[in-house]
Amino acid sequence: MQVQLRNPKREIAMAGPVRVDTLLERLGLNREAHLVIVDGTLVPGDALIADDSRVEVRPVISGGGQ
Amino acid sequence: MKCTVCRGPAIIDIRRHNAKFCSEHFLKLCRDQVAKAIKEFALLEAGDRVLVAVSGGKDSLGLWDLLLDLGYQADGLYLGLGIGDYSDSSGDYARAFASSRGLNLIEIDIPEDYGFDIPNGAKAARRVPCSACGLTKRHLFDKAAIDGNYDAIATGHNLDDEAAVLFGNVLHWHEEYLGRQHPLLPARNGFPKKVKPLVRLGEREMAAYCLLRGIDYIVEECPMADGNRHLRYKAVLNELELTTPGAKADFFFGFLARGADHFAVPAGEDTLRLCDRCGAPSSGEICAFCRLTERATQSTQSAPVTFIGRDRHVSQ
Repeated sequence: MQVQLRNPKREIAMAGPVRVDTLLERLGLNREAHLVIVDGTLVPGDALIADDSRVEVRPVISGGGQ
Repeated sequence: MKCTVCRGPAIIDIRRHNAKFCSEHFLKLCRDQVAKAIKEFALLEAGDRVLVAVSGGKDSLGLWDLLLDLGYQADGLYLGLGIGDYSDSSGDYARAFASSRGLNLIEIDIPEDYGFDIPNGAKAARRVPCSACGLTKRHLFDKAAIDGNYDAIATGHNLDDEAAVLFGNVLHWHEEYLGRQHPLLPARNGFPKKVKPLVRLGEREMAAYCLLRGIDYIVEECPMADGNRHLRYKAVLNELELTTPGAKADFFFGFLARGADHFAVPAGEDTLRLCDRCGAPSSGEICAFCRLTERATQSTQSAPVTFIGRDRHVSQ
């Protein structure tokens, strides 16, 4: 499956099927700080991602002082 | 995974609520949480005219959408910060959202209207960029809300933002800041009322809300914020949240319920005067924004000019 990452924007190939939680763990990303979108649809942590999916891992953290 | 409410297919799990939601019930949760925050903290009243500080990001655009959905009259205010491509892009997202819904978006372009941009302004004033940016935003948000006779200015600070700020304020025991950290800052001494209706929603929820509502927002992080301390605090708190779901909410709402009163600034102790240049409330003769503008414009122009508003400027 193709996985699109941000900051910096890039795309990597990974083997599926894999659970969303496991994917984030393998990428070393905190699930509290990311959404996973599979073939254009938001999916929860226990969803299984098929090997032929297009995956976007979207960071949700924005910074800046107040 | 099934929706906790209707048993339909879930699209998101929220561990601090120990619940999963389908799209319909997640969007309802977001609306309910904003309505609950508004009621719980007496942020707004029915019929209030609200000015939403809009950055083009998920929180501010989502907030604007939610307030409209809840029936408030809400205009947007976008500040062009002069941060290169990032500002160009974020402005495009804000304009696209407003025009697609026929909304009123007020725009202030800081380089054009005040003669400096945030990167160079911060450098000239010897402030870190987020500090110069925050100071500038607060001043211009206040001015726009007062000038436009709005009942309140609403910002998109979410639970993660507030928990991170609280973490920093506790870490360094900034008692004055702790005294002011609340979802509601009432109007006082020439300042407009400021409200934070998203305090019951996390950053992940706001991103999901925008995705599900079809709100296109700037996903890229501000290049000036890279490595700033609030991002570090958020990372620490999210590590804690992994093993202790609900830690951020307990920390922030526990502070509001049991800690904030200990740091409250007694009424009348924050004596302010009016800035000699722009007339804004200030602790000194010249407010921090006018001092920043002076330093920033002196560094970029041979003949220093202090701008004190979009249509009024004074050469010195």
